[in-house]
Amino acid sequence: MNQRRYMNPYLGGVLLGLVLIVAFWVSGRGLGASGAAKSTLVAGMKTIAPGHVENTAFYKDYMETHTNPLNDWLVYQILGVVVGGFLSGAIAGRLKFKVEKSPKITNKTRLLFAALGGVFFGFGSQLGRGCTSGSALTGMAVLSVSGFLSMAAIFGTAFGLAYFARKLWL
Amino acid sequence: MGPLVVYEVISQNTNLLLAFFIGIGFGFVLEANGFSSSRRLAGMFYGYDTTVLKVFFTAAIVGSVGLLFMSLFNWIDLSYIYINPTYLWSTLGGGVIMGAGFILGGYCPGTSFCAASIGKIDALAFIGGMFIGILVFAEGYPLWEGFYNAQFMGAPLLNEMLGASRGMLTLLIILVALGMFWIGEWAEKRFSRDDYKLNQ
Repeated sequence: MNQRRYMNPYLGGVLLGLVLIVAFWVSGRGLGASGAAKSTLVAGMKTIAPGHVENTAFYKDYMETHTNPLNDWLVYQILGVVVGGFLSGAIAGRLKFKVEKSPKITNKTRLLFAALGGVFFGFGSQLGRGCTSGSALTGMAVLSVSGFLSMAAIFGTAFGLAYFARKLWL
Repeated sequence: MGPLVVYEVISQNTNLLLAFFIGIGFGFVLEANGFSSSRRLAGMFYGYDTTVLKVFFTAAIVGSVGLLFMSLFNWIDLSYIYINPTYLWSTLGGGVIMGAGFILGGYCPGTSFCAASIGKIDALAFIGGMFIGILVFAEGYPLWEGFYNAQFMGAPLLNEMLGASRGMLTLLIILVALGMFWIGEWAEKRFSRDDYKLNQ
């Protein structure tokens, strides 16, 4: 194994903070992720079922503020995340197709719960107007009340449920 | 003077191009710190790997202190920075649902894209689920529209609510973060696991 080790987490935090500041300085906004998924979904829906988009409140509201859902700041940023993640993985020798899981569960169980977790996160990120990046991290850095609430709710709930989900991870 | 796009130092299109480069930095730092590993992310909730806590709080310190100094030097006009609005119930409700998703799925949206980029198949399953979750929200929107917009409080800042200065709250965040780092370092020793190696 010639995998490189992970970065020191405190150095990583400083670098992540600097990326965040650059985003504020350049664009007046912080980082995000779930918004890009929403844009992609709306764009897909517009292609498959344009009539449905025109008649459904959620899509209609979205289209009022975006002429082309894919020409969006967060969409470009997430494309960058995929490239950046790939570069780091390539340099460190971590590019590999695999299902990551606790040794005690099967791949099928892991994939099932990963997808289920995704459903929850996708829904929650829309209800909460942003995910861990956009609402919690960025929201806290600008000192917004919603950032601190979101951070406390996400991490508090995950801690609270950790005992019940322990068989998935330990 | 920033934000550059607000002061028209750069065009809207340049702003989108720079979003791509900012994303590369974001994705690179996430991956280099192992945020592409669900076991590492979940480790935070069992104490065997608290990297997430350390990176997250260090970034929050650097971000908030950085903004404070840039504003002090007149490099950035904080009144043009987007402040997340607070809708009390949906912010909390959404957070609770996301927390459940985190412990079940082992990723959050940003980290799932990062993990998928190095070939994690469970991250692809998570992303698939995430699209389903957003679709459910979009299609059923009238059902939760009331809850979604309830208890709108504008876009308040925590320091205003506490009646403290921006600097004072930032200092408080630094102190809380230092406490968190201490707990994190302690937890990693206390809850270390034979089947999981830290930083590999």
